Amino acid sequence: MITREPQIFDPPPQPFAAMGRAVIQTCQGTGRGLMMLLGAAAQVPFLFSRRNRDDVMRQLYLVGIKSLGVVTVVALFTGMILALQTGLALRRWGQESSIGMLVTISMLREMGPFMTGLVIAASVGSAIAAQMGTMAVSEEIAALDVMGISPLRYLMMPRLVALAFMMPLLTVYTNLLGILGGAMVGATQLGITLEAYFDNAFRYAENKDLYVGLFKAFLFGLIIVTVATYQGVTATEGAVGVGRATRRTVIISFLLILVVGYFVTRMFYQ
Amino acid sequence: MIRFENVTKRFGAKVVLDGVTFEIEKGETFVIVGQSGAGKSVSLRHMIRLLTPESGRVWVEEDCVNEASGRELERILAHFGVLFQSAALLQWLSVEDNVCLPLRQKTRMPDDEIRTRVAERLALVGLEGVGDKMPADLSGGMRKRVGLARAIVTDPEIILYDEPTSGLDPVISRQIDLLIDDLRRRLGVTSVVVTHDLYSALHIGTRVAMLHDGHMVHCSAPEDFIASDHPVVRDFLQAQGIDSMADVRKAFKQ
Repeated sequence: MITREPQIFDPPPQPFAAMGRAVIQTCQGTGRGLMMLLGAAAQVPFLFSRRNRDDVMRQLYLVGIKSLGVVTVVALFTGMILALQTGLALRRWGQESSIGMLVTISMLREMGPFMTGLVIAASVGSAIAAQMGTMAVSEEIAALDVMGISPLRYLMMPRLVALAFMMPLLTVYTNLLGILGGAMVGATQLGITLEAYFDNAFRYAENKDLYVGLFKAFLFGLIIVTVATYQGVTATEGAVGVGRATRRTVIISFLLILVVGYFVTRMFYQ
Repeated sequence: MIRFENVTKRFGAKVVLDGVTFEIEKGETFVIVGQSGAGKSVSLRHMIRLLTPESGRVWVEEDCVNEASGRELERILAHFGVLFQSAALLQWLSVEDNVCLPLRQKTRMPDDEIRTRVAERLALVGLEGVGDKMPADLSGGMRKRVGLARAIVTDPEIILYDEPTSGLDPVISRQIDLLIDDLRRRLGVTSVVVTHDLYSALHIGTRVAMLHDGHMVHCSAPEDFIASDHPVVRDFLQAQGIDSMADVRKAFKQ
């Protein structure tokens, strides 16, 4: 059962005790979130079972296809801004022809997974938290538990599969559009031909850049689904609680994406 | 069938249940009444381990609910069907899919057999032909009926009703009460009902228990409940304008 009774404490006698309690609760929350992730991952073998395949397909569609519009705009403009800023700066030294390499490596290593992560955390993550939160406060998750239907299998696993699978795919799409956006700016604003741009881009980019970026995207997917589901199922106090769960999901996901992104970069490039 | 042994539950400093002990027999309709915050729903939630006591034990048959874990708990919960206060229907599933859910997820029953069973259960609660509707398209009373159909679709031995008539108008409330009574007679289930509506309690209950300040102050058959001289019970009866069983029967005849 993932339904837990509400924890009610007496007000802490002093600020130091309040800080201690906050630290303990953060550790408990992290532990429980990770246990939920492991619990949902253990259900992945049932991905194609009659009971789950429709939900998995629906989530793949919601995460992948329904996010394409906003991802397209964000990816295109990320590449365009990168190309314009670096191109204008490099023009002082006559090096604007290097923007192909700069945009491509930036997109593959950092900006592709990072921007996709932010967009998906804000759109899909918040939607998952709101849905789970509403279900928690209206006793739907408790009802699943009592009926013996595991919410980890029925609710979290399809979302976990969808985000773990779609985040890398969307990142590939973001990378391609970002690089294309950079090429458009290069051609129209900086006087760099498409041939020169792509020649420069692919001369310096390595396969490792792509793989590390996709690995990050995969991790970001896990982060988003874990944070959103945990925040959702622990929501209390009606509409206020659902709003709080949604806000926390976006903030915590953003912070974890930044921090985890940094450490993965350090691990592979130092 | 269900036994509370000295169950104590606190929320922060507030003691909601204070050493409560009672037993529910097989096949009866046991109704728990009391004012808001008296611990009625808290008692119900202990039976299905949505809450665990600070001390004491809750037994279902020979199994201790608050000490069970994993498969054992799952086996105990299989005895129960629960109608939640809000009906707790999944909003993105149709009525039929909501009622199907426990069978689809927990059994290997063929799809056509599931559909037949669901149609039967929907008919039993008086909801033929609404299988394709979404929960948002239904009235409060219909939602409760769908919740009830889902609760009985797995043929449970015990049905728990958490405030089955709250938020409903008097006519629909009486219909739900009659339905609960009808289900007990037709399916032979044990029912536990939590309500603050004494007319309901006295009409459908084989025994009525009153919770007050964390204690069970009275527990008896409806006729003896009305005759009780306990001041809390008397206040509760007077507040709802009930002097005798004739008042209750009159309310259901109207």
